[in-house]
Amino acid sequence: MVDPVIVTSPRAWRRFTSLVARTADSDIAYNFRRSPVTMLAAAGVALILFLALFAPLIAPFDPFDPGSVDIMNADLPPAWVDGGQSAYLLGTDNQGRDILSTLMYGSRISLGVGFAAVVFSLVVGVLLGLLSGFLGGYTDAFIMRIADIQLSFPAILIALLVDGVLYGILPREMHGDFWFPILVFSIGISGWVQYARTVRGSTMVEISKEYVQAARVIGISPAKIMVRHILPNVMGPVLVIATINLAVAIITEATLSFLGVGVPITSPSLGTLIRIGGDYLYSGEWWITIFPGIVLAALALSINLLGDWLRDALNPKLR
Amino acid sequence: MIAFILRRILQSIAVMLAVGFIAFSMFRFIGDPINNMVGQYTSTAEREILRKGLGLDDPFLVQYVNYLKNALHGNFGNSYKQRRPVSDLIIERLPATLELSFTAALLALAIGIPMGVYTGLHRKGFLAQTFMVLSLIGVSLPTFLIGILLIYVFGVILGWLPTFGRGDVVRLGWWTTGFLTPKGLAALIMPSITLALFQLTLIMRLVRAEMLEVLRADYIKFARARGLSNRVINFGHALKNTMVPVITITGLQIGSIIAFAIITETVFQWPGMGQLFIQAVAEVDIPVMACYLMLISFFFVVINLIVDILYYVVDPRLRTERVASAHG
Repeated sequence: MVDPVIVTSPRAWRRFTSLVARTADSDIAYNFRRSPVTMLAAAGVALILFLALFAPLIAPFDPFDPGSVDIMNADLPPAWVDGGQSAYLLGTDNQGRDILSTLMYGSRISLGVGFAAVVFSLVVGVLLGLLSGFLGGYTDAFIMRIADIQLSFPAILIALLVDGVLYGILPREMHGDFWFPILVFSIGISGWVQYARTVRGSTMVEISKEYVQAARVIGISPAKIMVRHILPNVMGPVLVIATINLAVAIITEATLSFLGVGVPITSPSLGTLIRIGGDYLYSGEWWITIFPGIVLAALALSINLLGDWLRDALNPKLR
Repeated sequence: MIAFILRRILQSIAVMLAVGFIAFSMFRFIGDPINNMVGQYTSTAEREILRKGLGLDDPFLVQYVNYLKNALHGNFGNSYKQRRPVSDLIIERLPATLELSFTAALLALAIGIPMGVYTGLHRKGFLAQTFMVLSLIGVSLPTFLIGILLIYVFGVILGWLPTFGRGDVVRLGWWTTGFLTPKGLAALIMPSITLALFQLTLIMRLVRAEMLEVLRADYIKFARARGLSNRVINFGHALKNTMVPVITITGLQIGSIIAFAIITETVFQWPGMGQLFIQAVAEVDIPVMACYLMLISFFFVVINLIVDILYYVVDPRLRTERVASAHG
């Protein structure tokens, strides 16, 4: 007797189905189903993520293709307002670009920078935290001193100063090519401390446990112990920090772009769109700036709610 | 005690030296300073003389020390764009930023503390729950978006308030103030609310959490057992004991208000230091950027130093283990 599922698909599939079943049965899933606000937030994030990821396929227009943009359609209000056209659901901006489409492409850039910045600070922070907790001594003192100093400045100020200085150093004609690494670096560098502190703390707890001592006794190299043995055991809180930091990173990026030192106008993110629209607010064209604002706020709020929920769900003390 | 303070002062000096180093390196990385001073038709020989005269031939470290010496005397060089001493520019802009920050801090305290006390006392009440939801939204909304919404509602639709600038200002020596004219005060309303909102939610949540913590304490139960009135317990016993963390956090937040002023000033075209910095970044005006970098770091270092020492003085428990002084 052979189960047909197993015949058609090897162990990977079985593992996957059992993972799904276990996840659906877990405490976290139970917690999730019990909290309507969290489900709403998750739906919001999923929707924006979907629209952003598949923007080139589902957006009604390509706002960066000069052929599809007609200046005659500039400054159209949303479809439900007098003078709006049904083709442009949320209206058009001063150059005749469809707001809905620019929003989709804009969220794509915002999310892209946000994710990249979070990954950057996560890698730097976790690495330094591991080293700090594992090596101790002067390395630990040095890294934690720098962390202390950085913590005394607000993250957004650090991002702004680093970003401003890098922008100043770089020749103007290179801004168009280098905005992405500059932004990711300046936002990422402003957020590594939290990871480092958390990981350092948990590493110090883990390091005295028997499994680490056992690994040492059988002669496994310290680098391997750090990565293979300690790292998986300290990642839980890191994921919570990463979720909340994603919202922070997205807001920081939007702020920098709004101030004009972030994403260039040629490939606008949500912050750039708000900046562009801000000039037209005074003449009553509210839709150019308000819609990107709503998307940005909804995105940040949903991610924050998800992060809060994740923190509570993963913390057994609060149950 | 003295050893602790000395160590903290040494650390602050180290931070300032590092920031000064970054500020100074910007000059070295970006172009040739001589090119920024002379015209196209200056000969190479004349350039060399100028270079020697300005000490640009000296070793890097000597130049760095000279830069720091000048900075300590308040001499940060001339702005590339405006051809005026940077210190003059900063002093001109300082009152605008300080008045805005001061008003915002005052607003945050005057509204945040009562709201925090209220939400702490009536935890399950409808109004308290509403405040909490609003504060979550307030934290999620970026500062500049709040500013834009205010401008649109009160400036464009209703037309009640001015949307940019400081209005009329009065000169008092080198200080300019907007506090003394009706237009100056009207112009202050929206920027200060925008700047205060984030700090307000922070203070409200902090006071609420502290109140909840304190109300659970034994001496409050004892006070109730003694039959004291709710008013005396809530405000005389509970609130008083929540004030230590609130004061220290507020102290730390003064620095971040000045930092967040960069954003608010840009939204409302408020002629302060933050706007000066953003303009300097756009125009690659290195002397201005360097000076702002050092000035804002100096603010932070001093504020943190004072708060750390205050912690130490106020709370004897912290003398053995120092807790994290701030987050984010």
